[in-house]
Amino acid sequence: MPAPHGGKLIRRVDENKNIDDIEKIKVSRDLAHDLENIAYGVFSPLEGFMCREDFESVLHHMRLANDLPWTIPIVFDFDGNIKEGDEVALVGENGTVAIMNIEEIYSYDKKEYAEKVFRTTDIAHPGVKKLTEMKEKLVGGKITLVKEGKEEFDKYYLKPYETRILFKEKGWRDIVAFQTRNVPHIGHEYVQKTALTFVDGVFINPIIGKKKKGDFKDEVILKAYDALIEHYYLKDRAVLAILKTEMRYAGPREAIFHAIVRKNFGCTHFIVGRDHAGVGNYYGPYDAHEIFNEFPDLGITPIFFKSFFYCKKCGGVVNEKICPHDKEHHVYYSGTAIRKMLMSGEMPPETMMRKEVAEIIMSYDNPFVD
Amino acid sequence: MTEGKEEKGKYTTVSIPTPLAEKIKKRIEGTGFNSISSYVTYVLRELLASMEEEEEEAFSKEDEEKIKERLRALGYLD
Ligand SMILES: [Zn+2]
Repeated sequence: MPAPHGGKLIRRVDENKNIDDIEKIKVSRDLAHDLENIAYGVFSPLEGFMCREDFESVLHHMRLANDLPWTIPIVFDFDGNIKEGDEVALVGENGTVAIMNIEEIYSYDKKEYAEKVFRTTDIAHPGVKKLTEMKEKLVGGKITLVKEGKEEFDKYYLKPYETRILFKEKGWRDIVAFQTRNVPHIGHEYVQKTALTFVDGVFINPIIGKKKKGDFKDEVILKAYDALIEHYYLKDRAVLAILKTEMRYAGPREAIFHAIVRKNFGCTHFIVGRDHAGVGNYYGPYDAHEIFNEFPDLGITPIFFKSFFYCKKCGGVVNEKICPHDKEHHVYYSGTAIRKMLMSGEMPPETMMRKEVAEIIMSYDNPFVD
Repeated sequence: MTEGKEEKGKYTTVSIPTPLAEKIKKRIEGTGFNSISSYVTYVLRELLASMEEEEEEAFSKEDEEKIKERLRALGYLD
Protein backbone atom coordinates (compact mmCIF):
# COMPACT_ATOMS: atom_id res chain seq x y z
CA MET A 1 0.00 0.00 0.00
CA PRO A 2 1.45 3.40 -0.85
CA ALA A 3 2.27 5.83 1.94
CA PRO A 4 -0.15 8.77 2.06
CA HIS A 5 0.85 11.82 0.03
CA GLY A 6 3.64 13.53 1.93
CA GLY A 7 4.38 10.39 3.99
CA LYS A 8 1.86 10.72 6.80
CA LEU A 9 -1.93 10.41 6.99
CA ILE A 10 -3.22 13.66 8.41
CA ARG A 11 -5.69 13.40 11.25
CA ARG A 12 -6.90 16.63 12.79
CA VAL A 13 -9.87 15.76 14.96
CA ASP A 14 -10.63 16.88 18.51
CA GLU A 15 -14.15 16.02 19.58
CA ASN A 16 -13.63 17.37 23.09
CA LYS A 17 -12.90 20.92 22.04
CA ASN A 18 -15.33 23.43 23.54
CA ILE A 19 -16.45 26.04 21.03
CA ASP A 20 -18.99 27.95 23.17
CA ASP A 21 -16.93 31.13 23.33
CA ILE A 22 -15.61 31.06 19.79
CA GLU A 23 -17.05 33.14 16.96
CA LYS A 24 -19.04 30.96 14.55
CA ILE A 25 -18.98 31.32 10.78
CA LYS A 26 -21.46 29.50 8.57
CA VAL A 27 -19.96 27.72 5.58
CA SER A 28 -21.37 25.98 2.50
CA ARG A 29 -21.89 22.24 2.24
CA ASP A 30 -18.96 21.96 -0.16
CA LEU A 31 -16.65 23.79 2.20
CA ALA A 32 -17.84 21.66 5.11
CA HIS A 33 -16.99 18.56 3.07
CA ASP A 34 -13.49 19.81 2.45
CA LEU A 35 -13.07 20.54 6.17
CA GLU A 36 -13.70 16.85 6.80
CA ASN A 37 -11.44 15.88 3.90
CA ILE A 38 -8.60 17.84 5.46
CA ALA A 39 -9.30 16.55 8.97
CA TYR A 40 -9.41 12.88 7.93
CA GLY A 41 -6.40 13.01 5.63
CA VAL A 42 -8.24 12.66 2.32
CA PHE A 43 -6.27 15.76 1.35
CA SER A 44 -3.00 14.75 3.11
CA PRO A 45 -0.60 16.52 3.53
CA LEU A 46 -2.87 19.57 3.81
CA GLU A 47 -3.65 20.53 7.41
CA GLY A 48 -5.87 23.46 6.62
CA PHE A 49 -6.88 25.89 3.93
CA MET A 50 -3.94 27.08 1.88
CA CYS A 51 -1.93 30.13 2.82
CA ARG A 52 -0.56 32.35 0.07
CA GLU A 53 2.74 30.55 -0.43
CA ASP A 54 1.10 27.20 -1.13
CA PHE A 55 -1.71 28.78 -3.12
CA GLU A 56 0.65 30.57 -5.48
CA SER A 57 2.97 27.62 -5.80
CA VAL A 58 -0.02 25.44 -6.77
CA LEU A 59 -1.14 27.97 -9.35
CA HIS A 60 2.25 28.41 -10.94
CA HIS A 61 4.03 25.09 -10.43
CA MET A 62 1.23 22.59 -9.68
CA ARG A 63 3.11 21.81 -6.47
CA LEU A 64 2.93 22.85 -2.84
CA ALA A 65 5.64 25.16 -1.57
CA ASN A 66 7.48 22.04 -0.28
CA ASP A 67 7.57 20.64 -3.86
CA LEU A 68 4.94 17.92 -3.38
CA PRO A 69 2.61 17.57 -6.39
CA TRP A 70 -0.69 19.41 -5.84
CA THR A 71 -2.77 20.93 -8.61
CA ILE A 72 -6.03 22.30 -7.19
CA PRO A 73 -6.18 25.22 -4.73
CA ILE A 74 -7.96 24.23 -1.52
CA VAL A 75 -9.01 27.62 -0.24
CA PHE A 76 -11.51 29.37 1.97
CA ASP A 77 -12.95 32.61 0.57
CA PHE A 78 -14.35 34.99 3.14
CA ASP A 79 -14.95 38.72 3.52
CA GLY A 80 -16.25 39.01 7.07
CA ASN A 81 -14.73 40.71 10.03
CA ILE A 82 -11.83 38.49 11.10
CA LYS A 83 -8.12 39.09 11.48
CA GLU A 84 -4.94 37.07 11.42
CA GLY A 85 -4.39 35.30 14.73
CA ASP A 86 -8.11 34.79 15.38
CA GLU A 87 -9.61 31.41 16.16
CA VAL A 88 -13.03 30.83 14.60
CA ALA A 89 -15.48 27.95 14.39
CA LEU A 90 -16.66 27.00 10.89
CA VAL A 91 -20.13 25.50 10.93
CA GLY A 92 -21.70 23.66 8.00
CA GLU A 93 -25.42 23.24 7.54
CA ASN A 94 -24.96 19.46 7.67
CA GLY A 95 -23.63 19.78 11.22
CA THR A 96 -19.90 19.81 10.50
CA VAL A 97 -18.00 21.94 13.02
CA ALA A 98 -14.31 22.77 12.80
CA ILE A 99 -11.98 25.21 14.45
CA MET A 100 -9.79 27.29 12.19
CA ASN A 101 -6.74 29.29 13.22
CA ILE A 102 -6.55 32.26 10.91
CA GLU A 103 -2.92 32.42 9.82
CA GLU A 104 -3.15 34.61 6.76
CA ILE A 105 -5.71 36.73 4.91
CA TYR A 106 -4.69 37.53 1.35
CA SER A 107 -6.03 38.79 -1.93
CA TYR A 108 -5.76 36.90 -5.21
CA ASP A 109 -6.23 37.43 -8.92
CA LYS A 110 -9.30 35.57 -10.17
CA LYS A 111 -8.30 35.89 -13.80
CA GLU A 112 -4.92 34.32 -13.14
CA TYR A 113 -6.57 31.60 -11.02
CA ALA A 114 -8.95 30.78 -13.87
CA GLU A 115 -6.25 30.77 -16.55
CA LYS A 116 -3.97 28.51 -14.54
CA VAL A 117 -6.46 26.06 -13.07
CA PHE A 118 -9.18 25.93 -15.74
CA ARG A 119 -7.11 27.00 -18.76
CA THR A 120 -9.90 29.44 -19.65
CA THR A 121 -11.55 32.59 -18.37
CA ASP A 122 -14.82 31.79 -20.13
CA ILE A 123 -17.65 32.39 -17.68
CA ALA A 124 -19.60 29.55 -19.31
CA HIS A 125 -17.13 27.14 -17.68
CA PRO A 126 -18.72 26.02 -14.38
CA GLY A 127 -15.45 26.31 -12.45
CA VAL A 128 -14.83 29.82 -13.74
CA LYS A 129 -18.40 30.80 -12.98
CA LYS A 130 -18.05 29.62 -9.39
CA LEU A 131 -14.76 31.49 -9.09
CA THR A 132 -16.37 34.77 -10.13
CA GLU A 133 -18.88 34.30 -7.31
CA MET A 134 -16.14 33.78 -4.71
CA LYS A 135 -15.32 36.43 -2.09
CA GLU A 136 -12.38 38.72 -2.78
CA LYS A 137 -10.11 37.46 0.01
CA LEU A 138 -8.75 34.03 0.84
CA VAL A 139 -8.16 32.89 4.39
CA GLY A 140 -5.44 30.37 5.15
CA GLY A 141 -4.80 28.38 8.29
CA LYS A 142 -4.94 24.99 9.98
CA ILE A 143 -8.26 23.45 10.92
CA THR A 144 -9.33 20.90 13.50
CA LEU A 145 -12.59 19.00 13.16
CA VAL A 146 -14.77 19.09 16.27
CA LYS A 147 -17.89 17.42 14.92
CA GLU A 148 -18.56 15.39 11.80
CA GLY A 149 -21.61 16.31 9.73
CA LYS A 150 -24.54 13.95 9.26
CA GLU A 151 -25.64 13.22 5.74
CA GLU A 152 -27.77 11.02 3.56
CA PHE A 153 -25.10 8.73 2.17
CA ASP A 154 -23.04 8.17 5.28
CA LYS A 155 -23.15 4.41 4.94
CA TYR A 156 -20.93 4.83 1.88
CA TYR A 157 -18.65 7.35 3.61
CA LEU A 158 -15.27 5.79 4.35
CA LYS A 159 -12.20 7.69 5.46
CA PRO A 160 -8.65 6.82 4.42
CA TYR A 161 -7.85 5.26 7.80
CA GLU A 162 -10.83 2.95 7.20
CA THR A 163 -10.15 2.04 3.57
CA ARG A 164 -6.54 1.31 4.42
CA ILE A 165 -7.62 -1.21 7.05
CA LEU A 166 -10.35 -2.54 4.76
CA PHE A 167 -7.91 -3.20 1.92
CA LYS A 168 -5.49 -4.87 4.31
CA GLU A 169 -8.22 -7.09 5.73
CA LYS A 170 -9.27 -8.07 2.22
CA GLY A 171 -5.69 -8.98 1.45
CA TRP A 172 -5.49 -6.48 -1.39
CA ARG A 173 -2.04 -5.16 -2.24
CA ASP A 174 -2.64 -3.59 -5.63
CA ILE A 175 -5.80 -1.54 -5.76
CA VAL A 176 -7.11 0.42 -8.71
CA ALA A 177 -9.29 3.46 -8.10
CA PHE A 178 -12.08 4.54 -10.38
CA GLN A 179 -13.33 8.10 -10.17
CA THR A 180 -16.86 8.74 -11.37
CA ARG A 181 -19.70 11.23 -11.45
CA ASN A 182 -21.92 9.13 -13.65
CA VAL A 183 -24.13 6.08 -13.71
CA PRO A 184 -22.23 3.13 -15.16
CA HIS A 185 -22.69 1.96 -18.73
CA ILE A 186 -21.01 -1.05 -20.29
CA GLY A 187 -17.99 1.03 -21.33
CA HIS A 188 -17.30 2.01 -17.72
CA GLU A 189 -17.67 -1.59 -16.59
CA TYR A 190 -15.11 -2.75 -19.14
CA VAL A 191 -12.60 -0.11 -18.10
CA GLN A 192 -12.90 -1.16 -14.47
CA LYS A 193 -12.78 -4.87 -15.17
CA THR A 194 -9.86 -4.61 -17.57
CA ALA A 195 -7.87 -2.81 -14.89
CA LEU A 196 -9.11 -5.22 -12.23
CA THR A 197 -7.70 -8.15 -14.20
CA PHE A 198 -4.20 -7.00 -13.24
CA VAL A 199 -4.75 -5.98 -9.62
CA ASP A 200 -6.42 -7.31 -6.47
CA GLY A 201 -9.41 -5.02 -6.16
CA VAL A 202 -11.23 -2.04 -7.60
CA PHE A 203 -12.17 0.95 -5.46
CA ILE A 204 -15.17 2.64 -7.08
CA ASN A 205 -15.28 6.13 -5.66
CA PRO A 206 -18.07 8.39 -6.95
CA ILE A 207 -17.92 12.08 -6.17
CA ILE A 208 -20.81 13.33 -4.06
CA GLY A 209 -21.33 17.05 -3.89
CA LYS A 210 -22.26 20.00 -5.98
CA LYS A 211 -22.59 19.10 -9.64
CA LYS A 212 -23.94 20.90 -12.62
CA LYS A 213 -27.48 20.89 -13.91
CA GLY A 214 -28.24 17.76 -15.89
CA ASP A 215 -25.75 15.52 -14.03
CA PHE A 216 -27.17 12.40 -12.42
CA LYS A 217 -28.31 12.78 -8.81
CA ASP A 218 -25.98 11.30 -6.21
CA GLU A 219 -28.54 8.81 -5.00
CA VAL A 220 -29.12 7.51 -8.53
CA ILE A 221 -25.40 6.97 -9.11
CA LEU A 222 -24.99 5.03 -5.85
CA LYS A 223 -28.05 2.84 -6.35
CA ALA A 224 -27.00 2.15 -9.94
CA TYR A 225 -23.54 1.03 -8.79
CA ASP A 226 -25.02 -1.10 -6.02
CA ALA A 227 -27.05 -2.90 -8.67
CA LEU A 228 -24.10 -3.31 -11.01
CA ILE A 229 -21.84 -4.69 -8.29
CA GLU A 230 -24.50 -7.01 -6.93
CA HIS A 231 -25.15 -8.63 -10.29
CA TYR A 232 -21.87 -8.38 -12.17
CA TYR A 233 -18.90 -8.10 -9.76
CA LEU A 234 -17.28 -10.46 -7.30
CA LYS A 235 -18.05 -9.16 -3.84
CA ASP A 236 -14.44 -9.67 -2.78
CA ARG A 237 -13.07 -7.60 -5.63
CA ALA A 238 -15.00 -4.33 -5.49
CA VAL A 239 -15.52 -1.65 -2.88
CA LEU A 240 -17.95 1.23 -3.41
CA ALA A 241 -17.48 4.34 -1.26
CA ILE A 242 -18.07 8.01 -1.79
CA LEU A 243 -15.76 11.00 -1.98
CA LYS A 244 -17.44 14.12 -0.64
CA THR A 245 -16.04 16.99 -2.61
CA GLU A 246 -17.31 19.17 -5.40
CA MET A 247 -16.41 18.66 -9.05
CA ARG A 248 -14.13 21.47 -10.18
CA TYR A 249 -14.23 20.58 -13.90
CA ALA A 250 -10.53 21.44 -14.09
CA GLY A 251 -9.73 18.57 -16.48
CA PRO A 252 -6.04 17.61 -16.41
CA ARG A 253 -5.26 19.37 -13.13
CA GLU A 254 -8.22 17.71 -11.49
CA ALA A 255 -7.08 14.31 -12.75
CA ILE A 256 -3.85 14.73 -10.78
CA PHE A 257 -5.81 15.91 -7.75
CA HIS A 258 -8.17 12.92 -8.03
CA ALA A 259 -5.18 10.57 -8.20
CA ILE A 260 -3.55 12.07 -5.09
CA VAL A 261 -6.78 11.69 -3.12
CA ARG A 262 -7.04 8.01 -4.09
CA LYS A 263 -3.43 7.46 -3.10
CA ASN A 264 -4.43 8.72 0.35
CA PHE A 265 -7.21 6.12 0.45
CA GLY A 266 -4.51 3.49 -0.12
CA CYS A 267 -4.84 2.85 -3.84
CA THR A 268 -1.83 1.96 -5.97
CA HIS A 269 -3.36 2.65 -9.39
CA PHE A 270 -5.71 5.24 -10.79
CA ILE A 271 -7.82 4.98 -13.93
CA VAL A 272 -7.68 8.00 -16.20
CA GLY A 273 -10.24 7.93 -18.95
CA ARG A 274 -11.13 10.14 -21.86
CA ASP A 275 -11.61 13.83 -20.97
CA HIS A 276 -11.21 13.15 -17.25
CA ALA A 277 -12.98 15.81 -15.13
CA GLY A 278 -13.59 17.79 -18.29
CA VAL A 279 -16.57 19.83 -19.36
CA GLY A 280 -17.58 21.20 -22.76
CA ASN A 281 -14.62 21.45 -25.13
CA TYR A 282 -12.21 23.18 -22.80
CA TYR A 283 -9.70 20.31 -22.71
CA GLY A 284 -8.38 17.92 -25.32
CA PRO A 285 -9.74 14.36 -24.89
CA TYR A 286 -6.39 13.05 -23.68
CA ASP A 287 -4.86 16.17 -22.04
CA ALA A 288 -5.50 14.50 -18.69
CA HIS A 289 -3.25 11.61 -19.77
CA GLU A 290 -0.35 13.82 -20.81
CA ILE A 291 -0.20 15.86 -17.63
CA PHE A 292 0.92 12.79 -15.65
CA ASN A 293 4.29 13.00 -17.45
CA GLU A 294 5.08 16.03 -15.33
CA PHE A 295 4.69 14.09 -12.09
CA PRO A 296 7.16 11.21 -11.86
CA ASP A 297 6.96 11.56 -8.09
CA LEU A 298 3.19 11.26 -7.74
CA GLY A 299 3.31 7.96 -5.87
CA ILE A 300 0.30 6.38 -7.58
CA THR A 301 0.39 4.79 -11.02
CA PRO A 302 -2.02 6.14 -13.61
CA ILE A 303 -3.63 3.66 -15.99
CA PHE A 304 -4.72 5.31 -19.19
CA PHE A 305 -7.73 4.11 -21.09
CA LYS A 306 -9.07 4.88 -24.50
CA SER A 307 -12.84 4.58 -24.63
CA PHE A 308 -14.37 1.16 -25.08
CA PHE A 309 -17.02 0.39 -27.72
CA TYR A 310 -18.81 -2.63 -29.10
CA CYS A 311 -17.51 -4.08 -32.38
CA LYS A 312 -19.92 -6.23 -34.35
CA LYS A 313 -17.06 -7.88 -36.24
CA CYS A 314 -15.04 -8.68 -33.12
CA GLY A 315 -18.26 -9.67 -31.44
CA GLY A 316 -17.30 -8.01 -28.21
CA VAL A 317 -16.36 -4.92 -26.26
CA VAL A 318 -13.07 -3.50 -27.52
CA ASN A 319 -11.16 -0.27 -27.92
CA GLU A 320 -9.06 1.27 -30.65
CA LYS A 321 -5.93 -0.46 -29.39
CA ILE A 322 -7.32 -3.94 -29.92
CA CYS A 323 -9.90 -3.78 -32.72
CA PRO A 324 -8.69 -3.56 -36.35
CA HIS A 325 -12.13 -2.98 -37.92
CA ASP A 326 -13.72 0.06 -39.51
CA LYS A 327 -15.98 2.46 -37.69
CA GLU A 328 -19.06 1.16 -39.49
CA HIS A 329 -18.89 -1.98 -37.33
CA HIS A 330 -18.72 -0.06 -34.07
CA VAL A 331 -21.42 0.87 -31.59
CA TYR A 332 -20.30 3.64 -29.22
CA TYR A 333 -21.38 4.04 -25.61
CA SER A 334 -22.55 7.57 -25.73
CA GLY A 335 -23.53 9.00 -22.36
CA THR A 336 -25.58 11.58 -24.22
CA ALA A 337 -27.48 8.99 -26.25
CA ILE A 338 -28.17 6.88 -23.16
CA ARG A 339 -29.34 9.99 -21.31
CA LYS A 340 -31.73 10.86 -24.13
CA MET A 341 -33.23 7.37 -24.05
CA LEU A 342 -33.65 7.47 -20.29
CA MET A 343 -35.28 10.90 -20.45
CA SER A 344 -37.83 9.74 -23.00
CA GLY A 345 -38.61 6.67 -20.89
CA GLU A 346 -36.94 4.32 -23.35
CA MET A 347 -34.90 1.38 -22.01
CA PRO A 348 -31.29 1.55 -23.30
CA PRO A 349 -30.28 -1.69 -25.06
CA GLU A 350 -28.40 -4.22 -22.95
CA THR A 351 -25.38 -3.80 -25.20
CA MET A 352 -25.10 -0.27 -23.77
CA MET A 353 -26.30 -0.54 -20.21
CA ARG A 354 -27.06 -3.41 -17.86
CA LYS A 355 -30.78 -3.97 -17.47
CA GLU A 356 -30.54 -3.85 -13.66
CA VAL A 357 -28.80 -0.47 -13.84
CA ALA A 358 -31.25 1.00 -16.35
CA GLU A 359 -34.21 -0.16 -14.25
CA ILE A 360 -32.87 1.67 -11.20
CA ILE A 361 -32.45 4.90 -13.15
CA MET A 362 -35.88 4.61 -14.75
CA SER A 363 -37.53 4.11 -11.38
CA TYR A 364 -36.89 7.82 -10.70
CA ASP A 365 -39.25 10.50 -11.96
CA ASN A 366 -36.28 12.74 -12.46
CA PRO A 367 -32.83 11.18 -12.06
CA PHE A 368 -31.05 14.43 -12.96
CA VAL A 369 -29.88 17.46 -10.97
CA ASP A 370 -32.20 20.43 -11.56
CA MET B 1 8.94 24.93 -16.74
CA THR B 2 10.84 27.28 -19.03
CA GLU B 3 14.01 28.64 -17.45
CA GLY B 4 13.96 32.25 -16.37
CA LYS B 5 10.28 32.73 -17.04
CA GLU B 6 8.94 31.80 -13.63
CA GLU B 7 9.02 35.07 -11.78
CA LYS B 8 6.97 33.84 -8.82
CA GLY B 9 8.73 30.55 -8.03
CA LYS B 10 11.78 29.83 -5.97
CA TYR B 11 14.75 28.36 -7.76
CA THR B 12 18.34 27.76 -6.89
CA THR B 13 21.34 27.01 -9.08
CA VAL B 14 23.04 23.62 -9.03
CA SER B 15 26.27 23.03 -10.90
CA ILE B 16 26.73 19.99 -13.12
CA PRO B 17 29.73 19.19 -15.35
CA THR B 18 29.52 20.75 -18.82
CA PRO B 19 29.87 17.44 -20.71
CA LEU B 20 26.91 16.07 -18.73
CA ALA B 21 24.88 19.16 -19.54
CA GLU B 22 25.74 18.70 -23.24
CA LYS B 23 24.68 15.08 -23.08
CA ILE B 24 21.37 16.04 -21.50
CA LYS B 25 20.85 18.73 -24.11
CA LYS B 26 21.14 16.08 -26.83
CA ARG B 27 19.00 13.64 -24.88
CA ILE B 28 16.04 16.01 -24.59
CA GLU B 29 15.97 17.15 -28.21
CA GLY B 30 12.49 16.60 -29.58
CA THR B 31 11.04 15.60 -26.21
CA GLY B 32 8.61 17.55 -24.07
CA PHE B 33 11.48 18.83 -21.94
CA ASN B 34 12.32 22.37 -22.96
CA SER B 35 15.37 22.90 -20.76
CA ILE B 36 18.18 21.04 -19.07
CA SER B 37 16.81 22.21 -15.73
CA SER B 38 13.36 20.77 -16.32
CA TYR B 39 14.89 17.42 -17.25
CA VAL B 40 17.23 17.33 -14.28
CA THR B 41 14.31 18.25 -12.01
CA TYR B 42 12.24 15.43 -13.48
CA VAL B 43 14.97 12.82 -13.06
CA LEU B 44 15.77 13.84 -9.51
CA ARG B 45 12.13 13.79 -8.48
CA GLU B 46 11.73 10.34 -9.95
CA LEU B 47 14.84 9.09 -8.23
CA LEU B 48 13.90 10.52 -4.85
CA ALA B 49 10.35 9.20 -5.11
CA SER B 50 11.64 5.70 -5.81
CA MET B 51 13.72 5.84 -2.64
CA GLU B 52 10.93 6.91 -0.33
CA GLU B 53 9.95 4.25 2.13
CA GLU B 54 6.54 2.97 2.99
CA GLU B 55 5.27 4.02 6.36
CA GLU B 56 3.14 1.72 8.43
CA GLU B 57 -0.04 3.09 9.95
CA ALA B 58 0.14 3.48 13.69
CA PHE B 59 -3.16 2.31 15.12
CA SER B 60 -3.64 0.73 18.48
CA LYS B 61 -5.21 -2.74 18.44
CA GLU B 62 -8.26 -1.22 20.07
CA ASP B 63 -8.72 1.51 17.46
CA GLU B 64 -8.22 -0.95 14.65
CA GLU B 65 -10.88 -3.25 16.09
CA LYS B 66 -13.32 -0.31 16.32
CA ILE B 67 -12.72 0.53 12.69
CA LYS B 68 -13.26 -3.08 11.66
CA GLU B 69 -16.49 -3.11 13.62
CA ARG B 70 -17.82 -0.16 11.64
CA LEU B 71 -16.70 -1.77 8.37
CA ARG B 72 -18.55 -4.95 9.31
CA ALA B 73 -21.67 -3.02 10.34
CA LEU B 74 -21.73 -1.29 6.96
CA GLY B 75 -21.28 -4.56 5.11
CA TYR B 76 -17.77 -3.87 3.83
CA LEU B 77 -16.30 -6.77 5.81
CA ASP B 78 -17.81 -10.14 6.65
ZN1 LIG C 1 -13.47 -5.14 -34.24
